[in-house]
Amino acid sequence: MPAVSKGDGMRGLAVFISDIRNCKSKEAEIKRINKELANIRSKFKGDKALDGYSKKKYVCKLLFIFLLGHDIDFGHMEAVNLLSSNKYTEKQIGYLFISVLVNSNSDLIRLINNAIKNDLSSRNPTFMNLALHCIANVGSREMAEAFAAEVPRILVAGDTMDSVKQSAALCLLRLYRTSPDLVPMGEWTARVVHLLNDQHLGVVTAATSLIITLAQKNPDDFKTSVSLAVARLSRIVTSASTDLQDYTYYFVAAPWLSVKLLRLLQCYPPPEDAAIRGRLTECLETILNKAQEPPKSKKVQHSNAKNAVLFEAISLIIHHDSEPTLLVRACNQLGQFLQHRETNLRYLALESMCTLASSEFSHEAVKTHIETVINALKTERDVSVRQRAVDLLYAMCDRSNAKQIVAEMLSYLETADYSIREEIVLKVAILAEKYAVDYTWYVDTILNLIRIAGDYVSEEVWYRVIQIVINRDDVQGYAAKTVFEALQAPACHENLVKVGGYILGEFGNLIAGDPRSSPLIQFDLLHSKFHLCSVPTRALLLSAYIKFINLFPEVKGTIQEVLRSDSQLRNADVELQQRAVEYLRLSCIASTDILATVLEEMPPFPERESSILAKLKRKKGSGTVSDIEENRKERNTNVNGGVNHSSANTNAKVTSSSSTDLLGLGSNTAINSTPPPGPSTAASLLVDVFSETSPTGPLGAPSAPVSDDNFSRFVCKNNGVLYENQLLQIGLKSEFRQNLGRMYVFYGNKTSTQFLNFSASVVCQDALRAQLNVHAKPADPTIDGGAQLQQILNIECVSDFVEAPVLNIQFRYGGTLQNIAVKLPVTLNKFFQPTEMTSQDFFQRWKQLSAPQQEVQKIFKAKHSMDTEVTKAKIIGFGVALLDGVDPNPSNFVGAGVIHTKTTQVGCLLRLEPNTQAQMYRLTLRTSRDSVSQRLCDLLSDQF
Amino acid sequence: MIKAILIFNNHGKPRLIRFYQYFAEDMQQQIIRETFHLVSKRDDNVCNFLEGGSLIGGSDYKLIYRHYATLYFVFCVDSSESELGILDLIQVFVETLDKCFENVCELDLIFHMDKVHYILQEVVMGGMVLETNMNEIVAQVELQNRMEKSESTVWVFFPFFCLFVCLLQGGLSAAPARAVSAVKNMNLPEIPRNINIGDINIKVPSLSPF
Repeated sequence: MPAVSKGDGMRGLAVFISDIRNCKSKEAEIKRINKELANIRSKFKGDKALDGYSKKKYVCKLLFIFLLGHDIDFGHMEAVNLLSSNKYTEKQIGYLFISVLVNSNSDLIRLINNAIKNDLSSRNPTFMNLALHCIANVGSREMAEAFAAEVPRILVAGDTMDSVKQSAALCLLRLYRTSPDLVPMGEWTARVVHLLNDQHLGVVTAATSLIITLAQKNPDDFKTSVSLAVARLSRIVTSASTDLQDYTYYFVAAPWLSVKLLRLLQCYPPPEDAAIRGRLTECLETILNKAQEPPKSKKVQHSNAKNAVLFEAISLIIHHDSEPTLLVRACNQLGQFLQHRETNLRYLALESMCTLASSEFSHEAVKTHIETVINALKTERDVSVRQRAVDLLYAMCDRSNAKQIVAEMLSYLETADYSIREEIVLKVAILAEKYAVDYTWYVDTILNLIRIAGDYVSEEVWYRVIQIVINRDDVQGYAAKTVFEALQAPACHENLVKVGGYILGEFGNLIAGDPRSSPLIQFDLLHSKFHLCSVPTRALLLSAYIKFINLFPEVKGTIQEVLRSDSQLRNADVELQQRAVEYLRLSCIASTDILATVLEEMPPFPERESSILAKLKRKKGSGTVSDIEENRKERNTNVNGGVNHSSANTNAKVTSSSSTDLLGLGSNTAINSTPPPGPSTAASLLVDVFSETSPTGPLGAPSAPVSDDNFSRFVCKNNGVLYENQLLQIGLKSEFRQNLGRMYVFYGNKTSTQFLNFSASVVCQDALRAQLNVHAKPADPTIDGGAQLQQILNIECVSDFVEAPVLNIQFRYGGTLQNIAVKLPVTLNKFFQPTEMTSQDFFQRWKQLSAPQQEVQKIFKAKHSMDTEVTKAKIIGFGVALLDGVDPNPSNFVGAGVIHTKTTQVGCLLRLEPNTQAQMYRLTLRTSRDSVSQRLCDLLSDQF
Repeated sequence: MIKAILIFNNHGKPRLIRFYQYFAEDMQQQIIRETFHLVSKRDDNVCNFLEGGSLIGGSDYKLIYRHYATLYFVFCVDSSESELGILDLIQVFVETLDKCFENVCELDLIFHMDKVHYILQEVVMGGMVLETNMNEIVAQVELQNRMEKSESTVWVFFPFFCLFVCLLQGGLSAAPARAVSAVKNMNLPEIPRNINIGDINIKVPSLSPF
């Protein structure tokens, strides 16, 4: 019989599968598969054309091999060829292969699209369905481009078969998901909405899925769907269970469609139309009522389907959040489920209650279930359910029950699954802070947290506790005492050592009066943990030690001894070594006053959003937590004052390497560049102590702020003293011709000691780099005491510029590194060449430069006495020619000059009108370039 | 949206995989392994929902699964799907398989992979629920069979090789997971429990002095 012989052919596939299954080892399996792959490959490549049946068989084999986890890198072309077969079975297997194995960016897509196009226009519903399936399953952008216009037409065409409509709706949904921009809204949208009225419930279900997604993005376009959905839902809910025949699933009428419709309604606020709203409320009540009716079947499928609808209805009630009676009924219903014997229902009830807890109307009702939820936490065997219980406890927590909930969570933490510990830790930390009435409870809770689950306490959590302790002085003493006691445990977690080190370093003095926690005991206690800790913690402890030196002078010797030991001073870790060296030095050199300034108690942290909360949000994804937080915020309007949502961000650097931050040194370090005259003050000494170490370290010489004290003096003159402090004087002599200049810089050593490692360089920053070339000849690396060193700078102006170059000087004086930065007075006006001209010329040019952006005018008050001769000298010094007898008013000054740059020359006319009565000047500048006018005006107006 | 449908047996051997979002082949295999690892360690009487699949989509995604005899049916879905709805969908799928294969068992899935795919395609399309009415699905599958028969009398649809006794009596659909857990446990080797390493006292025999 032919059927049998061909049946043998299919047996080829079966035999292959059996072979694979009989393979004793992975190697044997791979060997068998490779053999088969080679076989198929040769068959595909062979001269003999394969019939459709064999192709089908081989494609099936490939699919099986793929399922086992082997890459299939051929056969795609054969599959594409199958698509154009006239035989259904061949087409079908071709589409299957492509849906499973072709990814969206395959280069075969164009061929596939061609086949799909043919099938879509075939008017054979089976072929059309196959094609639509393929589009929906692959869903690539090329497919969207090719079919985004076609699929909606099929969907709303009057003569399309129901099964094709269903497929078309979901296909369009898929295309809209992958490439929303390619799916144009159009006249078909209204007709899609009307599919909600379709006779065929399968079509309605598919259309509802589509509308849900579309409505989320374009709510206004699909507003009309609300009334239709309510009507449809109402018909389903009130129908007898036999009305819908095939769509009745275990005695529940069309559960999937009901769920979808309820989801769709969740895209919108409660209907405004009273009639529709009433009808919807009726539906929801009916659904709630049905839950109380005795089940029509004992099968789990019946209750599943019924409850799927019920939970969705409850979600809608919560979403609307407007009908208190419904909300409370929903809450009671969920309360029943909390003790249901079906684990799934307990899980879902806990999940739904979480959202219910955020509603104002039902928050209290949810709270009544606290005992049940706590019990669930203790007795549930399923970690998924326990997780939901934790979530719900977190959501229902408020001031009234915070202590109970936090205590329960803490005790659960001891046995909790490892996978959810970190999340619980975060939640406990947040609740403890948010609802803390007294902060001693807060401190206890966090320390417990570290004790129970130290490994899961993230940095955010312990930063936060320190921040709160520092910001609240009423809890500092208690915190010091508690951490001191906690540290006495023989084995304590490293996080506790961190918290302990920090808090004792800051507030150890508050408990030092007690002989049981005297400074030395505190120090010994901390130091006993030192060697067990990681590098960041050790670094933190070293900082705590230097703080101890300040707090307790009596242990200074002991601590210096520790710092001086080789294990510190020569520690292999750079950070530790540096801290030890610096702190030791600081403790030796600085006076107690300076120590007290440097090691002052940390100032309060700025208030920010809690970083713990941010972390929890990250962990949980955007949805759940933030919603609860947002909703709850109003109800608990900052019960604990501002600390509520502040953060530990500032603190986040503590463990990195920024010892400056830890010590609050930030403000002091900036001073060193311009030490005040006279004997060293506390600040400069302090800096000296620090600058001894490497300049790259955190405490090394920071880059100095740029001094520009004398800068403006040089606008109108070329020689003079640019900078002076108690060590060094910098003098200048300069000459400029056209666009070139030469500057002689004189560095005078005012002390009797040699400056070592002297270097001076000029830096042009940002845009200036292209506008100005400054070449500094290298200077000698030493300047003897009392001697002067000369350095020559060659300057070239490339184009007009605004900023000034900076002269950076570094040298070592008496072992300390000095950093000085001075703005070099190279200004645009230096490149002036004065131009003499007659009155007629002047006004002719003046008129030529009358475009609004070419003129810059400034009216300003005189800063110096308005002496005519001085003014004249300044204008000449500025670089222009002073033109007499040009201006009809003899008290006005008029000047002209040309700015020379390498690229262009810019002519410039200026006029200065003094008003001696008002003590004001008016300065007007006209040049052919607006940026030049502006800059020159700024420079010159500053001089009078 | 359904991101993936995975069917594998009690040993983690995949029997059907269907991804509605693109993942590279090796990633697909990793997801299967991870999912199996997560699902297989759960008892049969815990809930059917599970979070924590890290590979497939993060916190918005849930695994919803059912365990039938030797097979796990796992749907990986996002939050836009109703959990119980998906559970029912799995049930519909399995009941449909059962009708089409007459007492479906693991071997049917192995030897008629293409058929299983076609049936699934009638239920889920592009990650969305296409049809939930079992009669409609079965009617579509029968239509396909007729078309096949008309093209050739080749296809032996009813399980030809499935000579083995199905592990289930009365069909999978009627028996939820619990009823077959005994069977499932039989397949597992005895695992020693409670290995207590906290209290091991190694007694060193005292050596007699030389």
